[in-house]
Amino acid sequence: MNVLIDKFDVFAGGFWLTLQICILAAIGALVLGAIVAVLRISPVPPLRALGTGYVNVFRNMPLTVVMFFAAFGLPALGSNADFLRIPVLDSLFTRLGTDLPYFRFALIALVLYTAAFVCEALRSGVNAVPAGQAEAARSLGLTFGQNLRYVVLPQSWKASIVPLGSVIIAMIKNSALAGFFGVAGDLSATADQLTGAEGYAFVPVAIGISIGYLIMTVPLGALLDRIEKRQAVAR
Amino acid sequence: MDDVTTGEPLIVLDAVNKWFGPLHVLDDVSLSVGRGEVVVVIGPSGSGKSTLCRTINRLEPINSGTITFDGQPLPAEGKPLAKLRSEVGMVFQSFNLFAHKTILENVTLGPIKVRKEKPTAARERGLALLDRVGIANQADKFPAQLSGGQQQRAAIARALAMQPKAMLFDEPTSALDPEMVGEVLDVMTSLASDGMTMVVVTHEMGFARHAANRVIFMADGQLVEDAPPAEFFANPRSERARDFLSKILTH
Repeated sequence: MNVLIDKFDVFAGGFWLTLQICILAAIGALVLGAIVAVLRISPVPPLRALGTGYVNVFRNMPLTVVMFFAAFGLPALGSNADFLRIPVLDSLFTRLGTDLPYFRFALIALVLYTAAFVCEALRSGVNAVPAGQAEAARSLGLTFGQNLRYVVLPQSWKASIVPLGSVIIAMIKNSALAGFFGVAGDLSATADQLTGAEGYAFVPVAIGISIGYLIMTVPLGALLDRIEKRQAVAR
Repeated sequence: MDDVTTGEPLIVLDAVNKWFGPLHVLDDVSLSVGRGEVVVVIGPSGSGKSTLCRTINRLEPINSGTITFDGQPLPAEGKPLAKLRSEVGMVFQSFNLFAHKTILENVTLGPIKVRKEKPTAARERGLALLDRVGIANQADKFPAQLSGGQQQRAAIARALAMQPKAMLFDEPTSALDPEMVGEVLDVMTSLASDGMTMVVVTHEMGFARHAANRVIFMADGQLVEDAPPAEFFANPRSERARDFLSKILTH
């Protein structure tokens, strides 16, 4: 088990890189997922079809395939995803700005894939608000926008938080795939480096990596439990 | 109760038809409700009485016929429809209080957001209304913390806060435990005697007898009888009404 102590800096570096991917991907997926959700509940049929099409494609495709498309398809199209070299952001998340594009490719794949699930979590929240709530708001004379803003969305948000959290936890674990698509040095790639190149035994290394992921996912799960309990009291 | 109507009627339905798919829920219904009049709608379940009530503020659109409110045909949608709805109070069977807002916030949301009243003034008026329906001490609680009867009285206060020209009640006591029916009917009776125009869908025959100016009996989507309560209960003209009354009054 000495590897955990001797190579602590390698684990810590991998942890930090994975955390960066997850933070950026979570933000991206929440924004894109919200947009797709609005499309899917919009009263305009073509927009609804667009949202539904998006969800059908990305929810039903294995993440590995999405990663392949991002890592090999984008370069084939001549793109290095340079639009993600966002000025201020790339000084905080340094891999965004590097010449090697694999961090950006993995990020794109993770965002596209996760957004489909974010959309469905948000939509299930809207559907969870009883129809009578919107009806009462309409009968008071609230407009469609006021109805969403003051009555439906504040309640759907509460119903969305827990499934949304599950989606993000799944995303953190899914991010492990990034290491196999050229993102050197993330938490999952740490295993390759330590067992392959440096000859450490696999089990202690795997334990170290698992601990890294658990540090991200367990507190998030606990936070969700707390939110859920607080909601139960308020309801 | 004497005839209290004056001037032109407030609500007029003329040859209204509505289908749910193949089901003809409103079959050529014509009805007019005068200002200050209390009309109670009764009938067996599935007769279309709730649908009738919900067409008046266009929660249910109709397929043919016309509905006018205060001399104006109901607007089809958008801002004019929202404005019309703000002038017609609605009370639902399942209360439909906004679950994430306190009782006082429920009552003040409409006045503040729709009528653009100042929050302090709206709160003051809201508290007075809650006091009127007897739940001023519940103002800062959430709907789920109140009994059914208290929730329904809060819902009535919420509708009254918009200072509506008429109030629609869609089976307001049907979801209540028996011991709470009285407190809600008391509030409705006092509203009626204050001269509020009301359309009330209910199974409470006692309320129909003592508070209504007219009783409407519906069956299979048709308006079968329209008579003062004393006359209707003593002497129903149609076979269906006699059958309905014999079923509910024998127990």
